[in-house]
Amino acid sequence: MLRLLSFVVFLATWWIAALLAGDAKLPAPPAVLAVMITEARSGALFVNLGTTLARVALAFTLAMTLGAAIGYLMGRVRLADRLGDPWLILLLNLPALVVIVLAYILAGLTEVAAIAAIAINKLPTAVVTLREGTRALDRALDEMATVFAIPRWRAFRHVILPQLAPYIAAAARSGLSLVWKIVLVAELLGRPNGVGFEIGVAFQLFDIPLLLAYSLTFAAVVLVIETLLVQPFEVRLSRWRPRAA
Amino acid sequence: MQLEVDITNKAYETAAGARQVVLDGVKFSLHAGEVGVLVGPSGCGKSTMLKILVGLDHDYQGHVSRPAGARIGMVFQEPRLLPWRSVEENVRLAAPHADEAKLSALFTILELTEHRSHFPGELSLGLARRVALARAFAIDPDFLILDEPLASLDDALAARLREQIATLVGSRTVMTLLVTHNMDDAVRLGDRLLLLSPRPAKLLADLPIRTPRSTRGEAEIAAIKADIARRINGDHSVRDAS
Repeated sequence: MLRLLSFVVFLATWWIAALLAGDAKLPAPPAVLAVMITEARSGALFVNLGTTLARVALAFTLAMTLGAAIGYLMGRVRLADRLGDPWLILLLNLPALVVIVLAYILAGLTEVAAIAAIAINKLPTAVVTLREGTRALDRALDEMATVFAIPRWRAFRHVILPQLAPYIAAAARSGLSLVWKIVLVAELLGRPNGVGFEIGVAFQLFDIPLLLAYSLTFAAVVLVIETLLVQPFEVRLSRWRPRAA
Repeated sequence: MQLEVDITNKAYETAAGARQVVLDGVKFSLHAGEVGVLVGPSGCGKSTMLKILVGLDHDYQGHVSRPAGARIGMVFQEPRLLPWRSVEENVRLAAPHADEAKLSALFTILELTEHRSHFPGELSLGLARRVALARAFAIDPDFLILDEPLASLDDALAARLREQIATLVGSRTVMTLLVTHNMDDAVRLGDRLLLLSPRPAKLLADLPIRTPRSTRGEAEIAAIKADIARRINGDHSVRDAS
């Protein structure tokens, strides 16, 4: 109910702002909705959204898997930490734009380049978070697992993984928002489709209703995914914790 | 099946770089069906020794021979339960082969039946300690280690839990090593008392108690306690089996 209310407030603010600013700068909601419907009818909206979502899914999965593995290794093995740390700092501070442009130059304007560039942008934050999580693992529970001779894989699943879960969730949450932001830039710079490409086109034509139609649909999709996938996942992971007051 | 322990020296480096000797000559053996009790002042190195005995620490001088393939059940000083698994899952994780009948018998003895599906965060310390006991017994250990399982519990609860431990230990043949600094627990539960000196720990005496646990009278318990007190405070060179 509260969510609905805050949506209504958003819509009202927009409408009032549109009236004050005029159609040229900020079109009113019905104008944008009309464009959305046209784009949806032609199928372009879904194709572009689908393409972007596929890139997000691929890059996110790639970055999370690699990042978690590298982070765990760096948290456990001192040598790996020493070797990997300078790379990590470099990647963490490298601007997203540099990575994207370099990827397109080195691998051409290809799908592989786009997805790799997005994944590389997200990778270091996942590594850092998982490394912290691994460093914070409870030695006492490790000892317990060793004494009771719990097989390695079972110990990993039941003793280690639940301790890493909050860190994985945090990395996923912050990583997903990063990917949402970067994917559009990557598409704008080197892909012939996707939400980012359409927004680029709308920008060049100064077609503000089209721009807003794509931006808002994209934002809505992000919101739905966060609410229906990410949040329930987080709740499930922390169900054993006492509830916060 | 028996445990042979001969640790000549165990030291570690402190954060400041100084060498600190923790164990300095501890030699004893323990047979199946026997409850050995390590008695010593707080901080004398008992927990360090346990780590060596269960194979968590290999950095020591001396020799420890554990029967090959012995299943180890351990009750740590803190319960060390997985907070994200229920009581039953905690026990089953350590003992995947325990059948339902055995588990429910164990839960009944330890009065845990109604807590099976609770998470450790919802349990009191006394209950959590009992879950740790259940976990150690569920695997049918060949070698059972109880590291101050009754510490920081009130007297009534400690006495009840002691009875439960006696019942469980009495019903199977297992080498048991109990660590405590409570003389009462030591004398009531042990078959053999191993007295340790303050740090660095040396074995002061190895005292068998010949009367079976269940028939020990209060007078005898008091006499043994007095004997221990005399040995700890008095002549440190006495080392016999009375």
